Amino acid sequence: MTQELLRYPIPSEAALEPPAEWARLREQCPVARVVLPSGDEAALVTRYADVRAVLSDQRFTRPVGQGARVADVESGGVFNSDMATVLPQSGEGHLRWRRMIGKWFTAKRMTALRPAIEAMAEELVDEMVKHGAPADLKAGLGFPLPVWVICDLLGVPDTDRDRFARWSDMLLSMTRFSQDDMTAAQAEFGAYMADHIAAKRAAPGDDLLSALIGETDADGNPLSDRILVATGIGLLVAGHETTANMIAKMVAMLLADRGRWEALLADGSLVRTAVEEALRMDANAGFGMLRYFTEDVEIAGTVLPAGTTAVCSMAAANRDEGTFEHASEMDLRRSPNPHLAFGAGAHACIGQPLARTELQAVLDVLLRKLPSLALAVPVDDLRRVEGLVVGGLRELPVRW
Amino acid sequence: MNVSVDQDKCCGAGTCVLLAPDVFDQRDEDGIVVLLDERPPGDLHETVREAASVCPGVAITVGS
Repeated sequence: MTQELLRYPIPSEAALEPPAEWARLREQCPVARVVLPSGDEAALVTRYADVRAVLSDQRFTRPVGQGARVADVESGGVFNSDMATVLPQSGEGHLRWRRMIGKWFTAKRMTALRPAIEAMAEELVDEMVKHGAPADLKAGLGFPLPVWVICDLLGVPDTDRDRFARWSDMLLSMTRFSQDDMTAAQAEFGAYMADHIAAKRAAPGDDLLSALIGETDADGNPLSDRILVATGIGLLVAGHETTANMIAKMVAMLLADRGRWEALLADGSLVRTAVEEALRMDANAGFGMLRYFTEDVEIAGTVLPAGTTAVCSMAAANRDEGTFEHASEMDLRRSPNPHLAFGAGAHACIGQPLARTELQAVLDVLLRKLPSLALAVPVDDLRRVEGLVVGGLRELPVRW
Repeated sequence: MNVSVDQDKCCGAGTCVLLAPDVFDQRDEDGIVVLLDERPPGDLHETVREAASVCPGVAITVGS
């Protein structure tokens, strides 16, 4: 690790392009000293093999109560928050909790949901078309679709989505909101979810939260309300914010070069690999993942002492030429595509089959209903979401 | 082709089932991988290799 100290996240000029710094870091400084918005220092890991190895290492989880904080507020924000400690983070407890949730996100269940997701996407596209072009595809489709899906799964009314979006932005703040705003959002969202769980307890429905109320932990005890609330909030936030952003970024990448859109129109069977390639190419993916090292770890020839917080940049790793041939080119047929957009190992994104299903369904519907879809602004005018730990576009103006 | 899975490494991401539902499944009770076909037919070999290479838990092993 060299002595240079970079600010992280590294800013990028263009909304869809990576900072030039990534390539240099992968090549010359695969473990780099960085300073986070909190002012705390961390070690940034950018090579594919290293990111994969760190994320898959069962010894380590994120820094809670120790190690580097992310956001520029006292608590350090969502990655360091005590909401995270309510849920079991490692070992048997984590495994058990994860498997309780996992059965709700199996590939079979997601495939069964797909017709309903497509029908909802069609309805939203029809509504967008009714209002005329240009339209903001993020507000009209990218955001409401995944909110509706995750609300349906959790048994929460999606009519409350504007409140969820506000709380979610605050919880995911890196530099945008104050500690007071973030604490208030957590309290309000927590109270909302607690009321909801109480209602489910009284009148269970056919949904994930109702089912979790009936589950027991390893000792045979029911899950505590704190765990149920943290699970509900975690799934609701993770289930919509990332996918909403990814829908807009994927469509933007595919429309930025007309040849890509036309290739998909000519051969709809490319949708699956195109979605994976959009996930790999996403250079505006947000902060990355943190790991707190409780013992010494060697990465790319550098020994990082116990007490180090590592930042894994999956997006930088996904551009590693050593793993992906012509890594900076978008190849809609790339296969296999072992990108790290969903992480790796025991903590890999539990909702990834849902995200994949939603992204594929949206793309299928757009190709079918709006083959003439185009960006309504030059790609250089697209603006990034700023100040949150998740990456996205502020809006996606389109015409058809 | 010989396929094996390690249920302890599986993180239940379902990537293999989305790719090759004739070869892989997930247990209803927890989403962990179940191998349906240890010796899949030739036309599935490429897909099974892909499933092994993209598995986030490195839980799938393919032998010749």
